[in-house]
Amino acid sequence: MIIATALRILRQLRHDRRTVALLVVVPTALLALLYFMYDGQPRAFDRVALTMLGIFPFVVMFLVTSIAMLRERTSGTLERLLTTPLGRLDLLFGYGIAFGLAATVQAAVATAAAYLLMGLETAGNTALVVLIAVADAVLGVALGLFCSAFARTEFQAVQFMPVVVAPQLLLCGLFVERDAMAGWLGAVSDVMPMSYAVEALQEVGAHPDPTGTMWRDLAVVCVASLLALMLAAATLRRRTA
Amino acid sequence: METAIEIDDLVVARGRKHVLHGLSCTIPRGQVTGLLGPSGSGKTTLMRAVVGVQLVRSGTVTVLGEPAGSKPLRRRIGYMTQAPSVYADLTVRENARYFAALHGLPKPEADKAVTAVGLEDAAHQLVGSLSGGQRNRASLACALVGRPDLLVLDEPTVGLDPVLRVDLWARFHALAAEGVTLLVSSHVMDEAGRCDRLLLIREGRLIADDTPAAIRAATRQDDLEQAFLELIRTEAHA
Repeated sequence: MIIATALRILRQLRHDRRTVALLVVVPTALLALLYFMYDGQPRAFDRVALTMLGIFPFVVMFLVTSIAMLRERTSGTLERLLTTPLGRLDLLFGYGIAFGLAATVQAAVATAAAYLLMGLETAGNTALVVLIAVADAVLGVALGLFCSAFARTEFQAVQFMPVVVAPQLLLCGLFVERDAMAGWLGAVSDVMPMSYAVEALQEVGAHPDPTGTMWRDLAVVCVASLLALMLAAATLRRRTA
Repeated sequence: METAIEIDDLVVARGRKHVLHGLSCTIPRGQVTGLLGPSGSGKTTLMRAVVGVQLVRSGTVTVLGEPAGSKPLRRRIGYMTQAPSVYADLTVRENARYFAALHGLPKPEADKAVTAVGLEDAAHQLVGSLSGGQRNRASLACALVGRPDLLVLDEPTVGLDPVLRVDLWARFHALAAEGVTLLVSSHVMDEAGRCDRLLLIREGRLIADDTPAAIRAATRQDDLEQAFLELIRTEAHA
């Protein structure tokens, strides 16, 4: 049933060609923008672009998922699904797998463009960059599923982006090094899962072989995703008023 | 007569307002039971309680011998919500096949359900591009697909042309003859006469639970619409 659900979500996506095009093209286009902004500063570009490869999938998948789940709620399909043998976790993992696959394509295209066209250089393996980006995307999916439980309308759902995404973006180490933050900000940064995704990417950028820190960070991101999915399952009530 | 659904003293409240006030009734197996009443009378709430997605304050709902909403029941019921709850960005066939897959049924089962509602010519169209009536039928196909023992259909014939409506009612009775229990809501009184049994509800209270013939006889009205009005009048005097 998980597979049937994931396939159904991918079919929905396939019928929406414009969304597919946006998913694939936008991150690459934004990377290109960065490439021209940092013209002549290849080291700075490497650092920012690498971080961005982790941030784009998270942000995009968070938004796409929270809207998709909200549509399930408002169209009545969720209510109907809950009267079928489909389990709540089947539905949530179906979303995780479907959008995780979409994120893999997105990350692969963006990463390929960054390395081949824009001359991104990392000490570590490209495949690890894609792997971390996908883990981050799944985290975005899981948080999106969880947050959609608190939104009744699309307007509300969109407002969750600044609430959930913006603090993580500001504190993940992109703008200010995490070590340089005030103690309490550092502590806030420490509990934000995206900080770990960004750190893992920086590890790949700096070291030729995968480091222990990188694996630990990746594990933190995966555990955070699972936790968010469990919370999403807990907030998905079969009976409603 | 075997009982399919037993509702005992069901109370449903939304906030402080009571939607159903201690409603009790039994619905026989293998028949088409019509749930009639004006908009806002509690029809949808009652149906949601039967399929197990409604929070209830008190009372019990027993469906096919199990508490409503319990896991084994979810393989045995088909539910069609009032607004067509199908995926607008999938084709009719893809929708039906997804719901078939959830019941562990192969694709031909889904295609049969699409044919049953007369949508085989539109099977490849996206549901979002269909007319309201067609969309409704797509939603009905998804309820039929699991070969359920109980079909709960919330206003399934809204926006359908009369020929198709007659077709569908014939199909409902054919299913009932095979032993399927159907609970069908409508606010159109001319459909009431097509049911084996009627539940009339108004403002969250049951005002009649009988066969159409018995309701006509009791109120001495041939027209069920008039009979319904008569029942409301008697209720007001009581």
